Amino acid sequence: MAKSHKPVVWFPFAAGGTVIAFFIPVIVLLTLLAALGHVPPGLGYDSLRAFAGSSLGKPIIFGVVALSLWSSAHRLRCTCYDFGLRADTLVATVLYVAALAGSLLVAVYLLGMPAA
Amino acid sequence: MSRNPLVREVSPTSWFFRHPRYLRYMSREITSIFVGAYCVLLVVAVQRLAAGREAWEGFLLALQGPASIAFHLLALVAAVYHAATWFNATQKAMPLQIGEEFLPGNVISGAHYVAWAVLSGGVLFLAGVI
Repeated sequence: MAKSHKPVVWFPFAAGGTVIAFFIPVIVLLTLLAALGHVPPGLGYDSLRAFAGSSLGKPIIFGVVALSLWSSAHRLRCTCYDFGLRADTLVATVLYVAALAGSLLVAVYLLGMPAA
Repeated sequence: MSRNPLVREVSPTSWFFRHPRYLRYMSREITSIFVGAYCVLLVVAVQRLAAGREAWEGFLLALQGPASIAFHLLALVAAVYHAATWFNATQKAMPLQIGEEFLPGNVISGAHYVAWAVLSGGVLFLAGVI
């Protein structure tokens, strides 16, 4: 039977693409408001820290950030190739390792925030 | 150079100028740069939040300024363009067959747009914006 590692790359890519499509625009809008000096109440330290400390918030934050990172890494890999950077193995290794490292860091930060 | 006369050489760095369709494809590809950069910002944000109140409030202050606003506007356009093209593609990626008939494609994409609006509204409501 032919074996391929492609599903391992593709499943989080597709899941991440869906997560990015549904949630990243509205999250960008929230931080854009903060950039304009109108910090939304939900981005205040107390409410966001309480959300990150909760057992509901942790998997949501981790899922959104980790899947978005992986999907972006995969898309950037394709973008590099399409713009003529054909060292695909190197590009893929750098981007996927960066996405995994970022996900690991987010997990560590989240575990460092117990419920207040 | 290929010896095979049936294989035409295609430039690896400028092939996408050959057809408007390729340019549309590449314009969508470019959105991944801004979305990827924004994802890095999200990792930094979680780190700042974990570092405590002072660090978080400093992060929110550091977000202000014209360069940050310009980056956010570009990221917003990129994210919305990615979302719209992603939802438009859903009808091709997962066609839904009911009995002998296929559900019309715009129903599948339309359902995604409705879900997108509801979820975005929900996040804005929970964040206290609306």
